[in-house]
Amino acid sequence: MTPASTAAAEVAFREERAAVLATLIRQLGDFQLAEDALQDAFAAAIVAWDRDGVPERPGAWITTAARRRAIDRLRRDRVLADRVQRLGRIAELQTPALDDEHEPSAVGDDRLRLIFTCCHPALAMPARVALTLRSLGGLTTGEIARAFLVAEPAMAQRIVRAKRKIAVARIPYRIPPDEELPDRLAGVLAVVYLVFNEGWSASGGDRLVRGELCVEAIRLGRLLARLMPDEGEVAALLALMLLHDSRRAARVDEHGELVALDDQDRSLWDRGRIREGTTLLDAALRRRPAGPYALQAAIAALHATARSPQETDDDQIAALYGELARRAPSPVIDVNRAAALGRAGRVADGLALIGPLLGDAALASYAPLHAAHADLLDRAGDAPGAARAYATAAEHADNAVARRELLRRARRLATTG
Amino acid sequence: MPQYMLLIYGDPADAPGPDEQQAQHERWFAYTEQLRESGALRGGDALERPDTATTVRVRDGETIVSDGPFAETKEILGGYYLLDVPDLDAALGWAAKMPNITYGTVEVRPVMVFE
Repeated sequence: MTPASTAAAEVAFREERAAVLATLIRQLGDFQLAEDALQDAFAAAIVAWDRDGVPERPGAWITTAARRRAIDRLRRDRVLADRVQRLGRIAELQTPALDDEHEPSAVGDDRLRLIFTCCHPALAMPARVALTLRSLGGLTTGEIARAFLVAEPAMAQRIVRAKRKIAVARIPYRIPPDEELPDRLAGVLAVVYLVFNEGWSASGGDRLVRGELCVEAIRLGRLLARLMPDEGEVAALLALMLLHDSRRAARVDEHGELVALDDQDRSLWDRGRIREGTTLLDAALRRRPAGPYALQAAIAALHATARSPQETDDDQIAALYGELARRAPSPVIDVNRAAALGRAGRVADGLALIGPLLGDAALASYAPLHAAHADLLDRAGDAPGAARAYATAAEHADNAVARRELLRRARRLATTG
Repeated sequence: MPQYMLLIYGDPADAPGPDEQQAQHERWFAYTEQLRESGALRGGDALERPDTATTVRVRDGETIVSDGPFAETKEILGGYYLLDVPDLDAALGWAAKMPNITYGTVEVRPVMVFE
């Protein structure tokens, strides 16, 4: 086997897998059969391309090969006892018209169908995330399992169960009708943002940033933005992720320790990502009213474009959090708003906002609440109180790197206080 | 077309009071009529309360009959519909339109197909 054909097959596998899989699922009407046939086709590609050279359109070659393998599998399938039904499906799959449908729009629609199916609300959130990453992303089951700190057999089981539910409960393979689209699209965006956040701030383990998940979420965001160019919130989410991700290199030092926003070396921020993010955001903001992702991206843009912590427009950031809270009240947004008020010099307002949250038992173990409280107390000149609040935050931080940073702050304040 | 069983659960304490009951009955009637007209309805009934239920098991050849439902829960199985619809979204759509959906819960289960 020459390395060139293997390399070509690997590239085709990474880049075209999702598109080919999406089309196959529609043609075959069966998630598992499509995946199995695709696996067969890639194995066949390595042999055939080595012998005959790499075809001009590797994706089309693999789609056609996979469909043939699917027909073979259907012929052999003894479970499908109904001979008439089986022959009917084989005849359908042999229709020559199927070979001609490689135009980009059809392929794009198939990928959207696949995204909406993987993110269907009838699947549990962890299953949606796993299935989306497996089907549309370039990650293997093992990579997904490691990224989410789950044993590989458990992750494989989660994916198998989700595919089984899609087949047995007949979750439809389609782009939702207009009246359902806003809700369902919000669900898809939530899955992508969850993947990004898990990468950006790993909920557990000893690594703060799982860059591979950030990269994967951004890739999915780009795909969605390309497939749904008229949806402002799709562009806004991509902008938000790019603007956060621009700081990835500065956020952790050479020892893997967290570097607070104000202490980051801004020359390490990725200018390309900031430019791309702000351009996308400008376009998204021209649509009114701005959606929640556009508001969050606007906040991220104010941080990303400030030359120094002092030049950051914290008043505007606090106002944007206020607008977010007005749209969809949540304690998480209030915590962020309180922190922004503190940075904007409105410490008393921040403390007033955070006070009731500290009394809420449901939030007692929410580390960012205590960290924001600590920062406000520090700004108010109460170093011992701030040290105690940082210690409380550290106690509840699941991530080891974040915990160490919170403890460092607690110790610093305890000694100066 | 696939069939779905829509199992209707609810806490009787949440059900409408006596003055609302007649109107609620009419809503159930209209809903069932709508299902019938759409061609989706294969069957459906309301069930008597769980305190009228009897459970039966046979263990080691002995038939054990006992008073009461399979599981004692606050949310009881109050009825069901059997529908013939194209996919899960259609079944979920019908479930969301049930007259009790704002206080009850509907479990949608695909009917097993033996090929």
